[in-house]
Amino acid sequence: MSFALDVFSIVANGAGVFFFVAGIVGLLRFPDALTRLHALTKADNLGLGLVVLGLLTRAGSLLGALKLIAIWALVQLAGATAAQLIGRAVRRKGPAV
Amino acid sequence: MSVRLALDIGLALLVFAVAARTIFARGAFEAVVDYVAYGLLLSIVWIRLFAVDVALTEDAIGGGVTGVLLIGAAARLRSAETVAAEETPSGSLRVFAACLCLLVTAVLAGVVLLLPDPGPTLAPQAAEHLAETGLGNPVTAVLIAYRAVDTMLEKVVLVLAVVGVWSLAPDRFWGGAPGEARAARPEPTLAFLAQVLPPLGILVGIHVFWAGANEPGGAFQGGAILAAMWLILMMARLTEAPPVGALWLRLALVAGPAVFLAFGVAGFVMASGFFSYPPGFAKPLILFIEAFMLLTIAVTLPMLVAGPPRREPRP
Amino acid sequence: MAGMILFTVAVGLIRVLSGPGDVDRLMAAQLLGTGGIAALLLVAAATGVRGVEDVALGLALLAAFASTAFVTSAAPADTPDPNPADDR
Repeated sequence: MSFALDVFSIVANGAGVFFFVAGIVGLLRFPDALTRLHALTKADNLGLGLVVLGLLTRAGSLLGALKLIAIWALVQLAGATAAQLIGRAVRRKGPAV
Repeated sequence: MSVRLALDIGLALLVFAVAARTIFARGAFEAVVDYVAYGLLLSIVWIRLFAVDVALTEDAIGGGVTGVLLIGAAARLRSAETVAAEETPSGSLRVFAACLCLLVTAVLAGVVLLLPDPGPTLAPQAAEHLAETGLGNPVTAVLIAYRAVDTMLEKVVLVLAVVGVWSLAPDRFWGGAPGEARAARPEPTLAFLAQVLPPLGILVGIHVFWAGANEPGGAFQGGAILAAMWLILMMARLTEAPPVGALWLRLALVAGPAVFLAFGVAGFVMASGFFSYPPGFAKPLILFIEAFMLLTIAVTLPMLVAGPPRREPRP
Repeated sequence: MAGMILFTVAVGLIRVLSGPGDVDRLMAAQLLGTGGIAALLLVAAATGVRGVEDVALGLALLAAFASTAFVTSAAPADTPDPNPADDR
């Protein structure tokens, strides 16, 4: 059973890293600020979620696992709102930025 | 080369790279963002060095409060930046500064690398007496029990800093409120964030403070998180900074060091001398003192970021 | 695994910090929040450090806080919106 958990953990972490890499590649290659923002918030948040999922099986206690989930929920919330705010800032300052 | 070593070297190179970017940044805003990134990387380094309390503080203060303080300063200086750009220091002065920095770095590196292995340390004695303080976290024990005087004096320094910041106000504003007034219709997205984050943040802040007795945490980190929450409310303009003349504000600012000092002096009566705790009562006393320090820090940091008063006091 | 995230965060950081315009800096704060937390958690799990979840929690809160500060300072709310019809 614990072997299956370890495999799951590695797979989830690996998938998380893959999404992070994808997000960063998007950040590097997308043409303008808003698309970069999209790549950043969506892919990176998903990557973090997968990493959290992968680490859940290794959490030392129930409280630790709850904290991990809380971290992810918090980052999702803050990230989504920050993306909105940044998008608004881009709109205000003009797309040439 | 083991994976961990590669990780450490990569981390160190990254820290250097970000530090270099900070030094060569084009403007104040850029430099501040680079600095916050540097702080975050440093906190990962602290984790690698098993100094979790320091990592927490680095994130909260370096990443959060100091970062925001610097951003505010950069914003205020934006109009002056074009003038300052014409007064860049001369080449020789820069070279001199660079040499000085390199010299300090070399000396520090030399000292650290030449330390005997294991280095001289008081850690074993600190760990030995941990049981007497009733605490499980040696860092907290050092801060509040072994070296309590230093911690108290640090809090006094914080209060002095606030007084210094307030003294920058023109005379007619003295007693007024810093920062911007509460907005009648705050921006919705910002208001949403400012309404959802603080309850959670307060919970986390108090948890970090309480957990400091036995796990990484403590009054300073918890207070910084609480301060950040109050600052978010102020930035969203859902609330405004209190006027500097308010009595409750001034009491909250001095409560921490005052309570700390009171217990230190009471140590003459209750225990064996200045800043010693009666045996058996140490932990409750320490938590009591820390609670007041939490209050002071949570109030001092936002006041430092808010700045000097900018409006006349209301009668 | 942690090294990979660190590497990607590093590359992303360099790009974001070198890009033109203030907006890229705002995204730097965002990137640090997500990437930094992931790197933190992975590094801690890999090296067996305890008590890191609290640091990650604090970092999540502080990253949100710093992002808000960066955005409000770079594009203050008082600036009149060029598309007022979009605002409700």
